[in-house]
Amino acid sequence: MTLEESRAAYWKANLRLLAVLLTIWFVVSFGLGILLAQPLNTFSIGGYPLGFWFAQQGSIYTFIVLIFFYAWRMNALDRKFDVHEE
Amino acid sequence: MDLQTLSFLVVGATFVLYIGIAIWARAGSTSEFYVAGKGVNPILNGMATAADWMSAASFISMAGLIAFLGFTGGAYLMGWTGGYVLMALLLAPYLRKFGKFTVPEFIGDRFYSKTARIVAVISLLVISITYVIGQMRGVGIAFSNILEMDLAIGLLSGMVVVFIYAVFGGMKGITYTQIAQYVIMIFAYTVPAVFISLTLTGHAFPQIGLGSTLIGEDTQLLQALDQTLMDLGFAAYTSITGMSLLNMFLLTLALMIGTAGLPHVIIRFFTVPRVRDARKSAGFALLFIGILYTTAPAVGAMAMYNFINTVQPGPVGDPQGNVLIEERPDWMLRWERTGLLAFEDKNEDGRLQYYNDQNEEFAEMAREEWGWEGNEFTTIDRDIMVLANPQIANLPNWVIALVAAGGIAAALSTAAGLLLAISSSISHDLMKGVITPGISERAELLSGRIAMAAAILLAGYLGLNPPGFAAEVVALAFGLAAASLFPVLMMGIFLKKMNREGAIAGMLVGLGSTLLYIFLFKGWFFLPGTNMFPDTAEYWLLGINPTGFGVVGAILNFIVAFLVMKITKEPPEHIQHLVEDVRVPRVGTS
Repeated sequence: MTLEESRAAYWKANLRLLAVLLTIWFVVSFGLGILLAQPLNTFSIGGYPLGFWFAQQGSIYTFIVLIFFYAWRMNALDRKFDVHEE
Repeated sequence: MDLQTLSFLVVGATFVLYIGIAIWARAGSTSEFYVAGKGVNPILNGMATAADWMSAASFISMAGLIAFLGFTGGAYLMGWTGGYVLMALLLAPYLRKFGKFTVPEFIGDRFYSKTARIVAVISLLVISITYVIGQMRGVGIAFSNILEMDLAIGLLSGMVVVFIYAVFGGMKGITYTQIAQYVIMIFAYTVPAVFISLTLTGHAFPQIGLGSTLIGEDTQLLQALDQTLMDLGFAAYTSITGMSLLNMFLLTLALMIGTAGLPHVIIRFFTVPRVRDARKSAGFALLFIGILYTTAPAVGAMAMYNFINTVQPGPVGDPQGNVLIEERPDWMLRWERTGLLAFEDKNEDGRLQYYNDQNEEFAEMAREEWGWEGNEFTTIDRDIMVLANPQIANLPNWVIALVAAGGIAAALSTAAGLLLAISSSISHDLMKGVITPGISERAELLSGRIAMAAAILLAGYLGLNPPGFAAEVVALAFGLAAASLFPVLMMGIFLKKMNREGAIAGMLVGLGSTLLYIFLFKGWFFLPGTNMFPDTAEYWLLGINPTGFGVVGAILNFIVAFLVMKITKEPPEHIQHLVEDVRVPRVGTS
């Protein structure tokens, strides 16, 4: 693989990861926490109506996990494509 | 020891700590002044970022905002945290790789244009200066309402402290004080929350308490709150109320994109040593922010529950069901003195009624059946939902003093971050970048310190004489960041062919359309009476609230930039190489 191909492959892998993570980001907050919140409220998690939980608790937990997952995957990608820092 | 003395000691001790840090962390070079020498540990930077981000509004006002909005208050919780996902995934690591000092500097270099840099500086200044007014007001609230001390003295002492550590320490001093401020702030926020959660539900974690049953009863806390509110003519707490789903959606998105585009937060990620540290640091920042942001909805709901049960201890409609004015608790007396709480015994029964008199059907019924003549609370400032918490929970005086210190820490830490963004854009982008490029490092450092001192004086003046439109302008700051800076930064990284013409046109259209829409409904430059249309849903374009319009501005920015890019020259070769370099942490060898 030439340097150019390798860079292109790295960037493509990065974009694929971003697409997956941003889809989850959108679905959890805007989907479950806003648009679908009302129907979801008929279910509950502990004493929380489910839609309410996503809007005020669950989406925040999801965001935190998403960023740490991203950091972990990107560090692995950096190594795989030999662009990691010392 | 009385509350006044104790508070003075606690707040005084935190000030001594900040000054101590300032003496230890002085800045000797422009790199230390702008980006703390790029040597900050990523976890500590996460704490500093959390303090930088969480302002007086997050600490003092947010829980109360949620308490009165219920479910739709989630827009603020998701909006002000979800933006970090965008910042961490789309901006922070790449801007760190670029490795310069300011946000306008990236825009100027990437789009090979001083004009682009100047437009970015203007956006930054509008955003940051409006923001800093709110912080100065927060310092004032903490001193005058919690400590019952003179606002001017409080504000001046806050300014002196910021002056010492920001002017001498620059980003280095600010970083290490922000770390201390985070610890104070989070402690002050969670201690009362834990006690309230324990009293109501028996759970130490407010996040769990909010979803638990009340002590000694079979009812869930949220169910009980829903029922109590409905009994008083309000909508249920967990139902959709207060704003339309469309506006909740747009407000959440505008706050997210705006958060991701705020320069004073972005520059925090310039202070860590490596690209991988920037990614990790963003995760820790949101973790530290999340501790407060997942506690806030519990504080809001529990404070609301406590408030209503204080006013309405017996059954609704029972003549003995409401609290006697003479027997109202001490904390009400205290907040009446500050003017944040006021009532009027409209039906002269010697008792207090709190209910929704805007609900005509319910108000009519309450008048006929129970003789209620209207909601008797003429003022309930939402800030008291946080400020009165320690007293409602009967916590000792030192906790009240701690809440004051926490509120001041939240305001000062954000103010310092904003002041640095302001001063670095003046000394580095305008002086060094445009007006006097030949300036020596020592002279640039000096001009940075002078710009910082001037910015502090301006912020202090505006804090003492707040313009009437301060609250409106904070919404503008988010809309502007969303419509101007975020799109252009993102395109600078993800669209290699994006050029100077596209970026400038996009920024101007995003900035202009958002300003125009806000001015149409809020008045030209916020002058009262100059608005062209009433600020109500039937006049809004497609029902879009001006606070959520930043999303539309951002979309226009993207579209215009893209169209202009298509019909103008593509960026020079070396700029395209720059973009390729920004995309990888280290240039590969294989």
